[in-house]
Amino acid sequence: MTKVLMKGNEAVGAAAIAAGCHYFFGYPITPQSEVPEYMSRELPKVGGSYVQAESEVAAINMVYGASGSGARVMTSSSSPGIALKQEGISYCAGAELPCVIVDMMRGGPGLGTIQPAQGDYFLATRGGGNGDYRLIVLAPADVQELVDLVMEGFDLADIYRTPVMILGDGMIGQMMEPVEFKYQQRTDLPEKDWATRGKGKGKQKNIINSLYLEAEELEKHNHHLQAKYAEIREKEKKVEVYNIEDADIVITAYGTTSRIAKTAIAKLEKEGYKVGMIRPISLYPFPNEAYEKINDNCKGVLTVEMSTGQMIDDVKLSLNGRIPTYFHGRSGGMVPGPEEIVEKVKEILGGGK
Amino acid sequence: MAIVFEKTKGLTDKPTHYCPGCTHGIIHRLVAEVMEEMDLLDNAIGVAPVGCSVLAYEYFNVDMHEAAHGRAPAVATGIKRVHPENFVFTYQGDGDLASIGTAEIVHAAHRGEKFTTIFVNNAIYGMTGGQMAPTTLIGQKTTTSPYGRDEATTGKPIKMSELLATIDGAAFVERVAVNNPANIRKAKKAIKEAFKVQLEGKGFGIVEVLSTCPTNWGLTPVEAMKWLEKDMMPYYPLGNFRKPEEVE
Amino acid sequence: MAKVKGRTTFEEDLCKGCGLCVTVCPVNIISLDTARINKKGYHPAAIEEMNKCIACTNCATICPDVVITVERL
Repeated sequence: MTKVLMKGNEAVGAAAIAAGCHYFFGYPITPQSEVPEYMSRELPKVGGSYVQAESEVAAINMVYGASGSGARVMTSSSSPGIALKQEGISYCAGAELPCVIVDMMRGGPGLGTIQPAQGDYFLATRGGGNGDYRLIVLAPADVQELVDLVMEGFDLADIYRTPVMILGDGMIGQMMEPVEFKYQQRTDLPEKDWATRGKGKGKQKNIINSLYLEAEELEKHNHHLQAKYAEIREKEKKVEVYNIEDADIVITAYGTTSRIAKTAIAKLEKEGYKVGMIRPISLYPFPNEAYEKINDNCKGVLTVEMSTGQMIDDVKLSLNGRIPTYFHGRSGGMVPGPEEIVEKVKEILGGGK
Repeated sequence: MAIVFEKTKGLTDKPTHYCPGCTHGIIHRLVAEVMEEMDLLDNAIGVAPVGCSVLAYEYFNVDMHEAAHGRAPAVATGIKRVHPENFVFTYQGDGDLASIGTAEIVHAAHRGEKFTTIFVNNAIYGMTGGQMAPTTLIGQKTTTSPYGRDEATTGKPIKMSELLATIDGAAFVERVAVNNPANIRKAKKAIKEAFKVQLEGKGFGIVEVLSTCPTNWGLTPVEAMKWLEKDMMPYYPLGNFRKPEEVE
Repeated sequence: MAKVKGRTTFEEDLCKGCGLCVTVCPVNIISLDTARINKKGYHPAAIEEMNKCIACTNCATICPDVVITVERL
């Protein structure tokens, strides 16, 4: 298949349709409005359904209904809209409904800005909604990876019966890059015999629900969810690792920020610094083992984020005090330049290479 | 010898958790009977609300979703878009539909979503212990309007049927009551008509059912039926507000 | 025309004793049996003079707990 030049947000839509997603429920918000625009244009051509909901709250609850009916379904938004979706995301997690939710993050808190940011890391990985649940959170660093993760996200959602969040940012949504669509649906997808299709078509009456009035029952359900998350942690960690066996310092960053970090690393290497890199692709499950493999002589791990410091918590948990940690972040829509990172590394290493 | 009345197959055998005399049971039965009579039990997908009827998914003998508070119309939209050939309904109370879920119900009607809503209006929040609802009558005492609902600070009770009838996508809007056998039979007829509107693809339909809450009104079931008739019905007039011409 | 005769039966243990059926019976034959308590702890609805039942189904129509079956004899 030949490559086509596509904007990140449109590629999200194309990837979803390629993965068999024929239902999209959304609401306009910058910087992701090209996703609903694309879906409104393309879904009718494949016999699907696009609904512009009255709010993000309604959109995610439409996702709940469609997913509970057995369909592959997606919604997308940007930070303030994702905050509104938390109610429905928690319900989807509780009722074990597979779906893909795309967050093209912008600066916050509040109305914040329309510029790119990574301030939703906590919201995405800690579960922004109520209760004990997790999402699979995938963070692409380029448009091709965005396409691949959206497509894989649908499979993962179906396998684990869980919502999957694609955590991008305004930058990746707006970026144009050549992409190809090579979706090969996994062959081990379970049958959705729990979905509502009218009980005449199913084997029994099906109920989509997250309510357990008996404390014992809810605790049992929570243990079941936790067992699922344990399996996800065991099988689904994704990470890109570079030169951590030999590095004096390791930079860790995800998504857009990781691309800037790579430019900084190239610059530092030219000057003779030994710099490694860990780029988590799955933010939940967090690839903690990668950090455990950093050599003992490493002088520091520098986390770079477009936030005031969120992923660094997971980095610290993974390192467990073994190596000093440092942070460089920009927020409010400010994007760190490679020079800032170079400077920060030199500051940490005290000029010693 | 012929059985002229027996329990419908549209209800499961699970006894309801409703208080004695609560009219949810009557309304459940009507919805279930109509589904059985229209041969919809194998095809229907229902959506239960948050509120007293939160467990409706255990009582209707059809596929069900349990929605977040007020979101049943959004959930039903998702279901109906995936299964346009299935019969889809929501069952919602007045806190659910007329307060937290106003956006969802208004826009489901506005889009002309092809499902049916059964809206149970008993002028109070039952499940949470008798708080004031947007539908609570002026002067009515509740646990959050202990001096009686005051128009100056809380407005007048909201008339959802009249409101929804202004929306073109709402093909069928009717208010009924279940205070006596005659009105219960009329309520059943309205539910059947609303279901037909959906099956014929004519748009959104809603039946508002004036209902009682003896426990939180502080009345016996029999007194509650009288209060419904004497106090609620004058403010919430019964009747059809909108229907397609062909449905007669 | 002969008067219609009916037989009304109550699934007694599901009755919550709300008494709504009592108020809608046109021949006034239903009462709450204060001499007995069912499994739920309520005085269940009962009919003594079943021969007066006219199978109108009013009681079943208003029963919130669907405990009533009506036969026409």
